[in-house]
Amino acid sequence: MSNLREHILKSLEQGIRFDGRKLDEIRVITVEKGISKNAEGSARVVVGDTEVMAGVKTAVEKPYPDTPDQGNLMVNAELLPLSNPDYESGPPSEEAIEVARIIDRGIREAKAIDLPKLCITPKEAVWSIMIDVLTINAHGSVIDAAALASVIALAHAKLPKYEDGAVKYDELASAVPLARKNLPITVTVYKIGSHLFVDPLPEEEEAADARLTAAVIEDGSIVALQKGGEKGISAAEVDAMLELAQKKAKELRKLL
Amino acid sequence: MALTAQDKSVVVPGEELASGMEYLPTSGTYRDGDKIIAARLGLLQVDGRLIKIIPVSGKYLPKRGDTIIAKVIDITLNGWRCDINSAYSALLSMRDGSSDYIAKGADLTRYYTFGDYLIAQITNVTSQNVIDLTLKGPGLRKLGEGRIMNINPHKVPRVIGKAGSMVGMLKDELGCRISVGQNGVIWLQGAPDKELLAVKAIQKIVSESHIPGLTERISKFLSRK
Repeated sequence: MSNLREHILKSLEQGIRFDGRKLDEIRVITVEKGISKNAEGSARVVVGDTEVMAGVKTAVEKPYPDTPDQGNLMVNAELLPLSNPDYESGPPSEEAIEVARIIDRGIREAKAIDLPKLCITPKEAVWSIMIDVLTINAHGSVIDAAALASVIALAHAKLPKYEDGAVKYDELASAVPLARKNLPITVTVYKIGSHLFVDPLPEEEEAADARLTAAVIEDGSIVALQKGGEKGISAAEVDAMLELAQKKAKELRKLL
Repeated sequence: MALTAQDKSVVVPGEELASGMEYLPTSGTYRDGDKIIAARLGLLQVDGRLIKIIPVSGKYLPKRGDTIIAKVIDITLNGWRCDINSAYSALLSMRDGSSDYIAKGADLTRYYTFGDYLIAQITNVTSQNVIDLTLKGPGLRKLGEGRIMNINPHKVPRVIGKAGSMVGMLKDELGCRISVGQNGVIWLQGAPDKELLAVKAIQKIVSESHIPGLTERISKFLSRK
C-alpha cells in the first residue's frame, strides 16, 4: 500500500487530512459514564466512528509473591472481531496485548491507584482491580479511545466495603472512590513523512511511518511512553510529538 | 396461475410471489412445487413471464461482463488472487493479466503486487463460484496513487447515473479522476480538497438515492461548496 502513503503524504503537504481535518484536530468525542450495572465503574467512549467500552471490577484475592503488601492491577483489552474485519477471534493478538499494556503502564506509572493502600492482610488478602476494555467498533485511534474509556471508568469507580471476609458489592453508593487524583491521559502522535498528527483514521494508521504514545498527568508531566511503527524518529521529532501530546492531553482531560 | 405479490413491492425471503407454471423464477427467486418463492429482500419486478428481485442491500454478486475494482490479496503459481468485495475471491490468470510474455517462475510481484488495485472485468462465474478476471480490454488497468472508498454495490447505478451523467458531473465540476466498479469499490484521485468533496458528494448520492430530484440536489451541493 505504498500508493496510499504517497497519496496521504501529498494531501498532508497542503495541510489536509484524509477526511479533511486539520493535523492536530481530534474527531468529536462523546462520553457516557456508568453504562454497566454490575461493574464498580464503567464508561463508553465514542471517537468519530470508533466506539470503546471499559469496565472496572474489584475482588479480594491473594497478592502476588513479589508484592505481598500491595493490591493487584490487571488490564485486559479485547479487540472484538465484530469491531473490525481485520480482528480475529481466539487468543489476544499482539495488538490487543499492546493496547492493554499501554493502558496498564499509564495507570501504574501515574500512580492513579494507591496500590499499597489496597492491602487488607499482607501475604493473605489484597484488592484486585481488573479493568476490561472492549472495542465495539474500531475505526482508527483505538489506543487513545481505549485508554480514555478505562481512565474515565476508573475515575468513577468505587471500592466496595469488605467485612467479615465478604465483599459488599450492593452497597456501592456509600463506598469510597477507588482512584486518586492524578489520572493519566494517553495521546498517540503519528508521523507520516515530516508531518505529525493525532487521532488517525485506519488508512492513516496503515500509511504511518511511526507513532509515539505518551501518558500525561495533570501537571503536564509524561509518565509513560510507547513507540510503534517501522521507521525511526529523530530527537527533535520526539520533542515535537511530546509537545503535541501534552497539548492534546490538556484538551482531553476536560472529558473526565 | 397468478401473481400473489404486488409488482414493485418490497418482498421478504420466503414470501410467495406467484403460483402456477405461468411465471418463471429468475434472480433472487426459486420454484417450490408450483409456487415461486422469494430468496432475498428486495423489490419485486415482473417482466412479462419473468419474476426477479432487485436487492436493496447485501454483498456484491459477481456477474459475467461486470467491470469491477479488485485488490490483489495473494499470488499463486499461475496468477493473482483478488478481493472483489464479494463473498468469494477472484482469480486473474497470468495469461489474462498481462500481454507480456511471462517466463516460467518469474516474479509476479513485478506486474501486480499485494495491495494493488486493478480495474478488471469478470470473464466467467461458475456455479461453484470460481470467478475469473481479465485485464485485457479498453480501460482495464492497474490503478495508481489514489483513494479507495466502498459503497453499497446496489447503489452503483445511482452513482454512475444515466449514461454516466452523475459521475461525469462530479469529474467535470471537481476535476477529479473517478472510477466506479460494479462491486461498489470506487477509486478517486484529485486535488485533496476537491477529492474530499467528491467523497462527500458520493456519500450524499448513496444516502439520498431514493429521493427524487437527486441530480439537481447534487449539482446544487457542488456549486455551494
